[in-house]
Amino acid sequence: MKLDAKVPSGPLQSKWTQYKADMKLVNPANKRKFSVIVVGTGLAGGAAAATLSELGYQVTAFCYQDSPRRAHSIAAQGGINAAKNYQNDGDSVWRLFYDTIKGGDFRAREANVHRLAEVSVNIIDQCVAQGVPFAREYGGLLANRSFGGAQVSRTFYCRGQTGQQLMLGAYQALSRQIGYGKVKMHSRTEMVDLIVINGRARGIVTRNLETGKVETHVADAVVLATGGYTNVFYLSTNAIGCNVTATYRAHKRGAAFANPCYTQIHPTCIPVAGEHQSKLTLMSESLRNDGRIWAPTKKGDTRHPNQIPEGERDYYLERKYPSYGNLAPRDIASRAAKQVSDDGRGVGYGGLGVYLDFADVIKRDGKARVTEKYDNLFEMYERITGEDGYAQPMRIYPAPHYTMGGLWVDYNLMSNIPGLFVVGEANFSDHGANRLGASALMQGLADGYFILPYTLSQFFAGLPAEKDKPTSTHDECKRVESDVQQRTKKMLSLKGKKTAVEYHRELGRILWEGCGMARTKKSLGDAIAKIKVMREEYKQNLIVPGTDSNLNVALERAGRVADFLEFGELMARDALTREESCGGHFREEYQYPDGEAKRDDEKFCHVAAWEYQGETKDPIRNVETLEWDAVHPTVRSYK
Amino acid sequence: MQLTLHVWRQKDRNEPGRMETYRAENVSPDMSFLEMLDELNEKLIKEGHEPVAFDHDCREGICGSCSMMINGMAHGPERATTTCQLHMRKFQDGEELYIEPWRAKAFPVIRDLVVDRTSFDRIIASGGYVGVNTGGTPDGNMLPVPKEKQELAMDAAACIGCGACVAACKNASAMLFISAKVGHLGNLPQGEPERLKRVRKMVDQHDAEGFGHCTNQYECEAACPKEISVGFIAQLNRDYWQASLAVNTRDESSVSAG
Ligand SMILES: Cc1cc2nc3c(=O)[nH]c(=O)nc-3n(C[C@H](O)[C@H](O)[C@H](O)COP(=O)(O)OP(=O)(O)OC[C@H]3O[C@@H](n4cnc5c(N)ncnc54)[C@H](O)[C@@H]3O)c2cc1C
Ligand code: FES
Repeated sequence: MKLDAKVPSGPLQSKWTQYKADMKLVNPANKRKFSVIVVGTGLAGGAAAATLSELGYQVTAFCYQDSPRRAHSIAAQGGINAAKNYQNDGDSVWRLFYDTIKGGDFRAREANVHRLAEVSVNIIDQCVAQGVPFAREYGGLLANRSFGGAQVSRTFYCRGQTGQQLMLGAYQALSRQIGYGKVKMHSRTEMVDLIVINGRARGIVTRNLETGKVETHVADAVVLATGGYTNVFYLSTNAIGCNVTATYRAHKRGAAFANPCYTQIHPTCIPVAGEHQSKLTLMSESLRNDGRIWAPTKKGDTRHPNQIPEGERDYYLERKYPSYGNLAPRDIASRAAKQVSDDGRGVGYGGLGVYLDFADVIKRDGKARVTEKYDNLFEMYERITGEDGYAQPMRIYPAPHYTMGGLWVDYNLMSNIPGLFVVGEANFSDHGANRLGASALMQGLADGYFILPYTLSQFFAGLPAEKDKPTSTHDECKRVESDVQQRTKKMLSLKGKKTAVEYHRELGRILWEGCGMARTKKSLGDAIAKIKVMREEYKQNLIVPGTDSNLNVALERAGRVADFLEFGELMARDALTREESCGGHFREEYQYPDGEAKRDDEKFCHVAAWEYQGETKDPIRNVETLEWDAVHPTVRSYK
Repeated sequence: MQLTLHVWRQKDRNEPGRMETYRAENVSPDMSFLEMLDELNEKLIKEGHEPVAFDHDCREGICGSCSMMINGMAHGPERATTTCQLHMRKFQDGEELYIEPWRAKAFPVIRDLVVDRTSFDRIIASGGYVGVNTGGTPDGNMLPVPKEKQELAMDAAACIGCGACVAACKNASAMLFISAKVGHLGNLPQGEPERLKRVRKMVDQHDAEGFGHCTNQYECEAACPKEISVGFIAQLNRDYWQASLAVNTRDESSVSAG
């Protein structure tokens, strides 16, 4: 497979401007002749669907929730970055670009990241105009905070509910188009397959989650905005319904899956409380600004944390990374917590926790000040754990949180299948091997509001005139529909002994052990072997009650788990073949004597894009070499 | 702990439903309410029965999916808490729990505890937005917004659209939901140009969907997991009144079509 990134020529700073100046336009009268399917209406998809409809294209959108307002984007807490330099502290498009490239450990495509930093400023303007109630100073101007290890204050926020407010902005813009009858919205509808006709993406097959009806929708282009695949780990900070189905199904129809092994583990989550645990809750990283992270120096210390004297506490981040201390980047902080726990010094259920202690800041600034800053977080912590974070240290532990990998896209955000575009967390493009805090919201909205509307127009403008567009009665549509129906029937007919949730939990455990925060050749090989066995068992021993003709939550889950079971192997395979450590991907064999990640730019300064070869054959690993025009990869040091 | 659960089971929109009784055993106080139901469902599936359907997604109190009456209370007994954030340590061993879907004409039951809340989406689509297209917007700092106003707007914007207000109201009114949108956009200068039209359209849609009238009982505020204040209903009433007097109610869509 040839991977052409189609990066425009010219200097980095003017590529996007030049692209927009050179692009072909679609005649306004012709716009409504083009139809587009947008799967997923989170920040990326919601913004895209609204904007494309405003431009005059015919848009049909889909989400699995009962309303587009509930996409997983709604849960983001911390904030959104933009290079506004409102604080006059030296920020610029260049600096945001450089921080993002460096944060991604020099594994992202320069041109895409620079464009992201450029349009970041427009996002804030757009959101303010929509009525997003960003935090403000007393003078009425927008407030910022510093976030996720950045040295400038460029993060815009709405209390602890930034994702919610941005989501409502996009949802309302989308709703306006729905109200005008310009966007056709299908909620409670899941995409279960992709239609490719003569090498071009022409539609999708969906299942209506209420009635079970399987249907084909055709269009001139398909946009996937279906979010990340973190739930392959079973326990994660993502919403329960987040899945890999849409992107993996597209992969099976020919779309290359890039860097699936790049996953982000967030350091400050509330630890697992028992076997019943269904998801993990993130506590905003901002807590690390004031809380001090420690573990007992002694193994298996079961004393109440307040009883452990100062001399027997190991403030390990402050010890190992004196200049960044408790604010070390996510991957580093997470790995350090795991090491403590592996060392037998973890606390709480299963020894899977470390302390996050506010005693010092409470002494210094007073409880009132701490409450003012973080109250909802202390309340949330208490609600979940029943413990008071003011009176004793909180317990935290890393949890899977975000996935940098995704479907491969070129500069136009188009996959290797013409007509199939991928935006938001579902694509692989901007975060390299590690994402910085507050930059996923930025990317989703950049893609949806400001990039895709241009690149998709460019695609439409270049299409040859077509007399007979394929319809949903096309042979290929019928074939894929029947594939889908058969898969469902098969799952319902097995009548085995184990539920999809049980398999999912087991898969999660295998991947967390073998392909989690620290990976080795052996752990990855074992994981692959175990997943293969499990997948075979799944085909025989799964139990799904009920029918396919009404709302069947067990059936929904079973379909998603089936895709995770295939995808999990791909993820481990990618991790196995990337024989270096970079960002969120840490291979124990590749580290410096002090335990820092050892990148191998000579062999691995590339994107790995996997090509599906059928169920019985191993996938092919294709490579897009990353070119460096403007920056030079350096060792990422946070010491 | 052990609990007796009486759960509403209903196959689809058309078939009548009924209460069924189940035992929940080995319930850990650390479980969330939904995790307790997960365990019940796993047991049901293994016995070849269909699990209890309920809406849920984020499980951290922000998406507004989860929605059930627990002992007659929307989202259960804990103040300012969604069902997914409610933990079993708030219940006693041996307790009997009655679990039912939201009840309202405008929220038809789809299955078990799952209801159709698309009426909320249609209310927002009728006018619950600021009518700006993408692009061409002024700099974010062009228009200073008093911090107090922004905070007030944010208080209202915290609504998660779960529908607890409707479920708790004896008239099944959605006034608190609408007022949250009015309070959000109406308190910001960006929402000012369409302030009156927005209120009128949303209220008209509300009535068309079959939600009831507000008779100031304030059960909605008590049930709201995000503690949206009924003070916003007063703002809504003021704006609605003003809107009924306003002459110019030309429609944006008809303008752009012309
Ligand atoms: C707890 C938490 C906090 C976070 N905080 C921040 C933060 O502070 N700052 C930041 O920048 N980022 C943050 N992130 C990351 C960020 O929220 C996400 O990366 C981002 O919102 C993803 O947006 P999206 O539009 O790509 O996908 P999503 O919001 O996940 O939307 C996916 C959409 O696709 C639909 N969908 C999925 N599968 C299917 C299917 N098969 N068929 C049909 N529809 C489907 C869904 O219904 C949904 O509409 C956080 C993430 C989490 C989990
Ligand atoms: S599941 Fe999202 S609010 Fe309860």
